[in-house]
Amino acid sequence: MAAAPNTAHRVAYTINGVIRVATVEPGVTLLDLLREEFDLTGTKKGCDHGQCGACTVLMNGHRINSCLVLAVSRSGSVVTTIEGIGTSDGLHPLQEAFVKHDALQCGYCTPGQICSAIGLISEGTAKTRDEIREGMSGNLCRCGAYTGIVDAIEEVMAAVSDAESLP
Amino acid sequence: MKRFTYVRAVSIDQAIESLSVHPDAKLLAGGTNLVDLMKYDVATPTTIIDINDLPLREISETADGGLRIGALVTNSDVAVHPSVARHYPLLASAILAGASAQLRNAATVAGNLMQRTRCSYFYDVLTPCNKRAPGSGCPARPGLNRNHAILGASELCVATHPSDMCVALAAIGATIIVQGPNGLRAIPLADFHRLPGDAPEKDTTLFGNEVILGIELPPVLEHHRYSYLKIRDRLSYAFAIVSAAVWLTIDDEAAISTAQIALGGVAHKPWRNTAAEALLIGRPASRVNFEQFASMLLSGAVALSENDFKIDLARRTVVRALEQAASRTPQSQSDKRIH
Ligand SMILES: Cc1cc2nc3c(=O)[nH]c(=O)nc-3n(C[C@H](O)[C@H](O)[C@H](O)COP(=O)(O)OP(=O)(O)OC[C@H]3O[C@@H](n4cnc5c(N)ncnc54)[C@H](O)[C@@H]3O)c2cc1C
Ligand code: FES
Ligand code: FES
Repeated sequence: MAAAPNTAHRVAYTINGVIRVATVEPGVTLLDLLREEFDLTGTKKGCDHGQCGACTVLMNGHRINSCLVLAVSRSGSVVTTIEGIGTSDGLHPLQEAFVKHDALQCGYCTPGQICSAIGLISEGTAKTRDEIREGMSGNLCRCGAYTGIVDAIEEVMAAVSDAESLP
Repeated sequence: MKRFTYVRAVSIDQAIESLSVHPDAKLLAGGTNLVDLMKYDVATPTTIIDINDLPLREISETADGGLRIGALVTNSDVAVHPSVARHYPLLASAILAGASAQLRNAATVAGNLMQRTRCSYFYDVLTPCNKRAPGSGCPARPGLNRNHAILGASELCVATHPSDMCVALAAIGATIIVQGPNGLRAIPLADFHRLPGDAPEKDTTLFGNEVILGIELPPVLEHHRYSYLKIRDRLSYAFAIVSAAVWLTIDDEAAISTAQIALGGVAHKPWRNTAAEALLIGRPASRVNFEQFASMLLSGAVALSENDFKIDLARRTVVRALEQAASRTPQSQSDKRIH
């Protein structure tokens, strides 16, 4: 278990289906690894302190704040970021619903909102609008698109009888 | 963030040994509190001991009919576990009242027990703080103290413990199982967190080289009633200004037979008064008795310059939570209207 101070560590992640490796100092967060090392800048840095949800990604199927994860700690994990959700000609149902319901204005919070909503739907515990709002409270939207966001999620949730069918 | 050495413990013994060798090391679980504090340079460990490979992720029944929950079980997994949801819904409700879904997915039982205060002076390394830098002073006492303690504070520190989970654990009467160089120890939750006294830098009675292995919940309490009522500045994703956890049984003659009530957001630890609870036993579950109890629970309360509202708010929160529990209409954590 011995290690020299500040040694860089080798990490490997499966990100959007692709294995990516990097060498990081132990203080580097998963968020910075994604953005700075792998150039996956879809995941946003809002507060860097777990207070806004802009950095939400799915890690091993669960939504988490990537700004509070040390990259070295969760090496080996499977991560889905917004770049792995839908394509420009085949949007994910949530992306389509966000467009349809005006669930964004500036779009800065949107990648986190989409990842969080996928997590919410697969958790399967939210059924009512109140429960969607509560389940999405970890994602702030400075533009105040909350009503559209809940509308979009509600619509997709109703359409998805089987949460498994969402990527 | 200060630079540090990162090591990964492969066994509990190794984690304990490593803590003994590096007194300023910190264990890393979910990281949602520690990494945050390291980014502000409030926590400056020179070594991080990652315990995520340790076998502490089980939830199992204990021999006496209680439940044992491993230190690394996430807050989300505790809240949705069928035995917790069924037999300890107060715990599930309190956890779901805390933080956000993302944070609960990463946060662990032990990390939640060990989370530090959210006092803004504690977080700001440019200001004094007796908890962060012992002896430097407490600017909260004369300063911004709206969210601070009304019970059990000391001259040196008026910080509160921010956890929701711990308030439910206090009411349920959980035990913390820890291991150190000399073996295992069981600490009742009531003795785990401390009052600040003259050593506010110490949040708990855990020794620096002990590792939390998990918590044990007492045997299932049949026909119990409960409510977790959390009052805060916004409806979700905010720490409590005050919260109340109620764990109650009422017998066939409509008299109270168990009364375990804890308050959160008001002190350096979840606040209980077992003498006041004892006076509820055998009495009808009526508003007047609840009000009397709440007054006793808050009897030693002292307001700071900005938080005198909290004394009455706490009193009314306790009464309301007791009424919710007695009438079997516990506070919903998604429909936030208070009935
Ligand atoms: C924006 C935000 C909002 C929040 N809101 C709430 C809220 O409303 N209610 C609430 O209750 N909480 C809230 N939290 C706090 C959250 O619950 C804690 O951050 C979390 O529980 C910590 O768990 P962790 O596993 O991530 O701990 P870590 O950050 O990994 O560790 C925290 C501490 O515990 C120690 N530790 C961890 N495991 C062990 C062990 N096995 N033995 C001994 N020591 C150990 C670590 O060394 C460290 O000192 C919030 C946090 C954030 C960032
Ligand atoms: S950037 Fe992670 S929560 Fe704000
Ligand atoms: S769309 Fe601008 S912050 Fe949400």
